[in-house]
Amino acid sequence: MKYSTFAAGVLTASSAFAESPILTVYAGDYFTSEWGPGPVIEKGFEEICECDLQFSTGDLVPRLLLENKRTKADIVIGLTSDVTNKARSTELFAPHGQDNGALTLPIEWTDETFLPFNYGHTAFIYNETTMGTPPASFDALLAMPDDVQIVIQDPRTSLSGLALILWVDAVYGEKSADVWAQLAPKILTVTKDWSSSYGLFTDGEADMVLSYTTSPAYHMFAEDDFTKKAAIFSEGHYFMVETVGKIARTDQPELADAFMSYVMSEDFQTVIPTANWSLPSALPTDQWPEGWAQLPLPEKVLFYSEEKSTAVQESAIETWRAALSK
Amino acid sequence: MARSAKQINNAPGIAAATFVVVAVLLAFVGIGLRVDALSGLGPAEWQAIRFTILQSLLSAFLSCALAVPVARALARRRFWGRTFLITLLGAPFILPVIVAMLGLLAIFGRSGVFNDILAMLGIAKISIYGLQGVVLAHVFFNLPLAIRLLVQGWQGVPAERFRLSAQLGIGPGMMFRLIELPLLLRILPGAFALIFVICLTSFAVALTLGGGPRATTIELAIYQAFRFDFNLGRAGLLSLVQLFVAGGAALLAFCLVPSISFGGGMDRMQCRWDGQQGRGAKILDNAFICVAAVFLILPLLAILTSGLRGLVEVPLIVWSSAWTSLWVALLSVLVLLGVALPMAGWIASSGNGRMEIIGLLGLSISPLMIGTGWFILIYPYANPADWALLVTIAVNAMMALPFALRILVPSIRDTIQAYGRLSSALGISGFAMWRCVLLLRSRPQIGFAAGLTAALSVGDLGVIALFGDPDRSTLPLQMYRLMGSYRTDAAAGAALILLLLAFGLFWIMDYWGRRNAIAQ
Repeated sequence: MKYSTFAAGVLTASSAFAESPILTVYAGDYFTSEWGPGPVIEKGFEEICECDLQFSTGDLVPRLLLENKRTKADIVIGLTSDVTNKARSTELFAPHGQDNGALTLPIEWTDETFLPFNYGHTAFIYNETTMGTPPASFDALLAMPDDVQIVIQDPRTSLSGLALILWVDAVYGEKSADVWAQLAPKILTVTKDWSSSYGLFTDGEADMVLSYTTSPAYHMFAEDDFTKKAAIFSEGHYFMVETVGKIARTDQPELADAFMSYVMSEDFQTVIPTANWSLPSALPTDQWPEGWAQLPLPEKVLFYSEEKSTAVQESAIETWRAALSK
Repeated sequence: MARSAKQINNAPGIAAATFVVVAVLLAFVGIGLRVDALSGLGPAEWQAIRFTILQSLLSAFLSCALAVPVARALARRRFWGRTFLITLLGAPFILPVIVAMLGLLAIFGRSGVFNDILAMLGIAKISIYGLQGVVLAHVFFNLPLAIRLLVQGWQGVPAERFRLSAQLGIGPGMMFRLIELPLLLRILPGAFALIFVICLTSFAVALTLGGGPRATTIELAIYQAFRFDFNLGRAGLLSLVQLFVAGGAALLAFCLVPSISFGGGMDRMQCRWDGQQGRGAKILDNAFICVAAVFLILPLLAILTSGLRGLVEVPLIVWSSAWTSLWVALLSVLVLLGVALPMAGWIASSGNGRMEIIGLLGLSISPLMIGTGWFILIYPYANPADWALLVTIAVNAMMALPFALRILVPSIRDTIQAYGRLSSALGISGFAMWRCVLLLRSRPQIGFAAGLTAALSVGDLGVIALFGDPDRSTLPLQMYRLMGSYRTDAAAGAALILLLLAFGLFWIMDYWGRRNAIAQ
């Protein structure tokens, strides 16, 4: 008797849920936190989809590789172009079905599988009050006295760290090893992830930190602090783009498609700047939130396609490791 | 021999030990299921292995060597606030690494207090980044543990031994040889092995304070193999290397431990006549206590001051995560005691201390590998997110197991040796032996072990981040999220809450153990 009541309870409960289908979105941990873009996006999409958007967090690529064909994901959001190659190799993804022509990226985007939703560039952030004349180029950074101390992230554990070595590779190519040797005495330390580095910088331990061109925006718009600036280099900056992909075997194909078009919508694009502190992928500059268009951004953008990025990663990491291990 | 009398049932202990072994083996089975090809280790990995062993040896050696004079001083001196100081000195050990690192840098960093003072005096600045930084940080974390284990050992010496020494006119030198040296021989190898293993699996601290890739540890290589190359074969192989290095060190250490006991006493308050002779000894003791206190407490003060500033900015959700962390910690303590007590009883009564190595298994395997292995096994049958907290509790308990064993085994062994014959004569055995004798006699150790486990679970990020349930998060995870979204001030506030919660839980349980304890 007890059991049948229990079973009835379970059945009614599940049928209540069945009325609103669930869209499972895999995202990075930072993405779904209270202070990330996740909650705003969830609310925005649920208003139009009559569904329940559920995030599931973790390391995206390792998780997809582990779960493989059995993945419960419908959508995967937050894959940077430096890892999309590995994600693509799982053959789990379907074409995104959106018009790449609607993108407003500073580079041309032709990928039909992974759809960019935001971007930024690697940059060194400095504090105006303690550094009067920031370097205007990578060469100038190398020429600075060794008591200028910067903090970077490990390319083996952090995507921004990986972007830095690709940046150096894109600017200096064959000469990268020499560049790392010149940079070595200026590197205070290397941290596991972006947040530890940034913490060292805001604590005043380092003069400059490897971060993004959009980092000053947080200080400007959230803290009214206009002293943190990105040093813009004439050689150009490495382009970092985050993408979203649709799982081919999804049991919610309509919802997944609806989500992909939601990503391109003005609603989604306008929350990206202040929710993720980065630049929207499909929104003309004049529609950016107030003040964002004035953010100093590099004129020249350096970018490795995922094939090129995958091809050089291993040797670039080894060059970096060897130079900094001396 | 009294020992041969079967007083406690070994079956629960053996079952608990089997549970731990199986849990670790399952992780390897899970990984093994998905390994395509085993690849060898390159020069970078070998460099990592060499560095890991070097820094762990140095850190463990220094922590133990420095702990001896400090613990001796603390054991010999009686002063106002001594118990509180002993508890407070334990705090660095229970700090989450990232919080402790920021505290250390605020004192010893490039723009830290220490360098500011040097600059004022016109002395060249020192750099914390390098091998010296890694060792400094590891000593900061582990010196407290070594001190506590030693102080506890000293307190376990029956007061009558010191009284007799005083009556016989035995001087400090002779007393060291007769009482303290055997005591150190009994405790230090185990403490050394434990600290060696803790440092072995260090990763974020080693990298940051080591100043870069020179300071790559095995754990970082595992992380890289798993996350970036997704080479499970290499990650698994490196985990095995880590396991064997840890196991080897532990085996050596536990073989060195002599099985001697000081016997039972009347539980009088210890009085150290030797400490009252000569001003030199007194000054030296006080100097050791002061230096250790300053070294360990200054970074805590830095965390406190930056945390107080950030406290107002801490969002509400952090408090609900603190609540989650609290009950996860309490459940971890229950699981730990359920495993550690029977295991400690088994190890202590079997007289084979080497079995304690099983406890170290959980600590020496990378949490990333445990998490991944279990994830692979759970995934086909259930949603891992539903298991996130359960797995976190189990992993927390496993990580705390070696500490708990190190704390419990000597005390239970002494109790069995001192009271075993009497208990046999009275027909006390089995559960009654636990209830009437062992639990009562080991109450301070149980309190200490429980407090340590609670604090470690509060501070440890554990495997929860791997299992991905965004709605249930623990305090450390929430703190990392704050840091990851530029909110460094709020993160400092969250760190302070974390510190207070961990320390509070530790203090309450440790106090419970010591209060009205039979053996002071």
